[in-house]
Amino acid sequence: MGRYLLRRLLQLIPVFIGTTFMIYALVWKVPGDPFAGKCGDRGCPDNFRALMTEKYQLDQSIWVQYASYMKNLFQGDFGITFSGRPINDIIATSYPNTLKLAVVALTIEAVIGLGAGVLTGLRRNGFMDNLVLVSTLFLIALPVFVIGFVLQWLFGVKWHIVNPTVSNEMRISELILPGFVLGSASMAYIARVARTSIAENRRADYVRTAIAKGLPMRRVVGVHLLRNSLIPVVTLLGTDLGALMGGAIITEGIFGINGIGRQVLRAIVTKESATVVSIVVVLVLVYLLMNLLVDLLYAALDPRIRYE
Amino acid sequence: MSDILVSEQSAPGFGGSGRPSGRLLEVEDLRVEFRTRDGVAKVINGVTYHVDAGETLAVLGESGSGKSVTAQTIMGILDTPPGFVTGGQVRFHGKDMLRMSAEERRRIRGEGIAMIFQDSLSALNPVFTVGFQIAEQFRVRRGMSRADAKKRAIEMLDQVKIPNAKGRFSNYPHQFSGGMRQRAMIAMSLALDPEVLIADEPTTALDVTVQAQIMDLLGELQRERRMGMILITHDLGVVADVADRIAVMYAGRIVEEANVYELYRKPAHPYTLGLLDSIPRMDEKGQELRTIKGLPPNLMNIPPGCPFNPRCPMAQPVCREKVPPLLQVGTSRASACHFAEELVNRD
Amino acid sequence: MSDPSAASLVSTPRPEQPTEFGAPTNAGLPENARKEKPRGLLGDAWRDLRRKPLFWISATFILVFVLMAAFPSLFTSGDPVNGALSRSRVEPSADAWFGYDVQGRDVYARTIYGARASIVVALLSVIGTLLIGGAMGIIAGYKGGWVDGLLSRIADIFFGLPFVLGAIVILTTFNGAGTDNNEWQIMGLVIMSLVVLSWPVVMRLMRSSVLATKEADYIVAARALGAGSGRIILKHLLPNCLAPLLVYGTIMVGSFIGAEATLSFLGIGLKTPVVSWGIMISEAQNYIRVSPFLLFFPAAFLVTAVLSFVMLGEAVREALDPKLR
Repeated sequence: MGRYLLRRLLQLIPVFIGTTFMIYALVWKVPGDPFAGKCGDRGCPDNFRALMTEKYQLDQSIWVQYASYMKNLFQGDFGITFSGRPINDIIATSYPNTLKLAVVALTIEAVIGLGAGVLTGLRRNGFMDNLVLVSTLFLIALPVFVIGFVLQWLFGVKWHIVNPTVSNEMRISELILPGFVLGSASMAYIARVARTSIAENRRADYVRTAIAKGLPMRRVVGVHLLRNSLIPVVTLLGTDLGALMGGAIITEGIFGINGIGRQVLRAIVTKESATVVSIVVVLVLVYLLMNLLVDLLYAALDPRIRYE
Repeated sequence: MSDILVSEQSAPGFGGSGRPSGRLLEVEDLRVEFRTRDGVAKVINGVTYHVDAGETLAVLGESGSGKSVTAQTIMGILDTPPGFVTGGQVRFHGKDMLRMSAEERRRIRGEGIAMIFQDSLSALNPVFTVGFQIAEQFRVRRGMSRADAKKRAIEMLDQVKIPNAKGRFSNYPHQFSGGMRQRAMIAMSLALDPEVLIADEPTTALDVTVQAQIMDLLGELQRERRMGMILITHDLGVVADVADRIAVMYAGRIVEEANVYELYRKPAHPYTLGLLDSIPRMDEKGQELRTIKGLPPNLMNIPPGCPFNPRCPMAQPVCREKVPPLLQVGTSRASACHFAEELVNRD
Repeated sequence: MSDPSAASLVSTPRPEQPTEFGAPTNAGLPENARKEKPRGLLGDAWRDLRRKPLFWISATFILVFVLMAAFPSLFTSGDPVNGALSRSRVEPSADAWFGYDVQGRDVYARTIYGARASIVVALLSVIGTLLIGGAMGIIAGYKGGWVDGLLSRIADIFFGLPFVLGAIVILTTFNGAGTDNNEWQIMGLVIMSLVVLSWPVVMRLMRSSVLATKEADYIVAARALGAGSGRIILKHLLPNCLAPLLVYGTIMVGSFIGAEATLSFLGIGLKTPVVSWGIMISEAQNYIRVSPFLLFFPAAFLVTAVLSFVMLGEAVREALDPKLR
């Protein structure tokens, strides 16, 4: 296990370096003037230029720049906005909100996706099955912002069931609709994966054994069938937490949630590329680490997997 | 419901609603078909056999002859769809299981009739420890505490001669060798002390030396517990030592039933004859291995008359017209051949 | 949602389950119980497809959308770009079926004209993705060794980037503030970022296809007969890998239409005066309470287009999958 972890971490390093280097180069090197479009419409103030040039050694070669950028990053310093606000601050205030939204989304997609998947996996070709298959196709095919707007309009504007936007308190009840929207595509994937997985395992020999042992149907399905079928689903859910936080940009924008994605949007609009990139790097990091975590989780769930 | 509860404590003798014949398990005129996209395959076409306490019935046949499907129907684990029971009875203590409620049938599984499967690797749940899967039955069916169930499970592992049973309790199926895994499977099936044990090709997936060990173990446990055992196999070599009676199946029918000695001495059906002839023999070294010519019939389109007639070396016109019923030949054997008498009486 | 290239869509289960009837192999059904059907894979697929209403519905819609993109004037005589402010946010009527937007422009005309940008971007991106990803996959799979290792690691880097995040970085750099790209340049940039972020999926698909067929006897035979690498790839490997690529490409067109709209919505994709469904939805979002029709029509077209391609892809995939028969 330890060796496996080490190997996975080692594999992560080139991907991480490649990704961050690419992002860094795109932001500070490719545009020509590193400060073009970094500071809104008025251009960058001189002290910001001086500070950044010193901090990231922008007058040096790209390799030196990248090295000093990474050095700062590993010290937990994500840089400052041109108005002088540390990006760490922005992340610290908005990240918990995004995390909260992502967790709500994950819960919703797990409950609904799994429920639909298990139900249709056990009873295929019925009305429910076709309904779920068609609706999952919709959820997968449609861009999140379309689903978001339509649901926001229906539930928030037309039927007045919920507030169209989320208040700063971030109550759980307010987060259900945005959470549903954010998790919609993954929900569909989970439903489909769970369905296939259940349907495949339903005829497995060990399920037959469990029935032959005279276990009640509840236990055959709930313990023997589910435990095996859930392995791919849990994997999917794990990978998703990282993806959800990266994907929250659109949902947060639609529902006015003060999360990290909203900060990215704001930075895009106010033209602060440095901020955009810093936050994106954080999100990519989370995403990569979550994938690693899922691999380890997989090992815990399936005793057959030996990581040597 | 109540009579089933009684049966949990003391084994034999509760009267069923059917004809009380004193038999432990009887299959009568069972018919099963598989409805597939390409048509209906008649997999079981009137199978009748029985097994009594303390007796071993071997069911012999090629793959596709319907021997496993019969067992699955008895256990109530037939895949439906595509499989459908279209007729017949399966009586346990005289009571037709096919007419029982799902709950009644469930209670018979495990402690009335238990089953051992061919491939222990896929038949055991890969994500639970072997111990859990045995102990589970004590916990769910007997309401034992976790600790008691574990103790009983270890005893079971001990009984099937798994060394270091205590340590093996918490191993996963893939950590067992094939033979050990089949022993664990046997331990699991015997946990609730069943009256009938169905062993579906229990040694097919194993090495030859291990096969003998497992068969010995099965025979020993069967005698100790006075269980009825149905041993499903396509391997004539396996049956001889263990079985009391043999039922030979072909195309979803029993074509011959006899005790082991008589069947080996003088088969009463040309198919059985062919099977016996195709066993490689030490005294005929260097000779070509004899086989039965042709293929088993397409079950969606079984030929009229005797299903074996296209492959039968002694087929006559009547064989292509009339299905031979399974009839008594002599005192204690039956054959479904128009010329059974001739076969038995030749020398 | 972060990855509209929807990798797992290809492996999701099919809507219908004819396998239900496939008897389990241990159930005692003899091999010869199944009927022989000596037909080719493509002939079989076409026979299957023809019977599917879903195929015909989605194909019809796609045809209509393609016509719309090619000849928008067939569908409308309205002006998609210029409007009169006096008609700002006028509700749908017999005159203007979909009403007028904030600038007083005919929403119907704009929706029709919007098809072009959306479909052109999606189609070109798909072609780019298939070409680059396909080429990389073939090279990696065929050459193996360090070439495979290197290409696979490069693919990992792009694969590790969630789609929206990657697109934001690329497009803020090239299409952000302080850039004055014309509409063709913007379109090119959007296409580029879609391709750059999606090719690894196609590469993996292709690579595994090539790896699976590379050692097949007929390839080995061709090599033994002295066929060159180029010939083997073109004549033998490519045709075998084409079917999954085709299916994936069709589904990808749908995904990319949605992705383009997402980028426009974020304000980093196409921009006015280009007309696209994403831009229209983005513009409508501020008026969602008062004039929901502004959102509804472009969204409905977008949804229909995306679904048509995705469903066509699914239908073709089902038909091509011999396992389902």
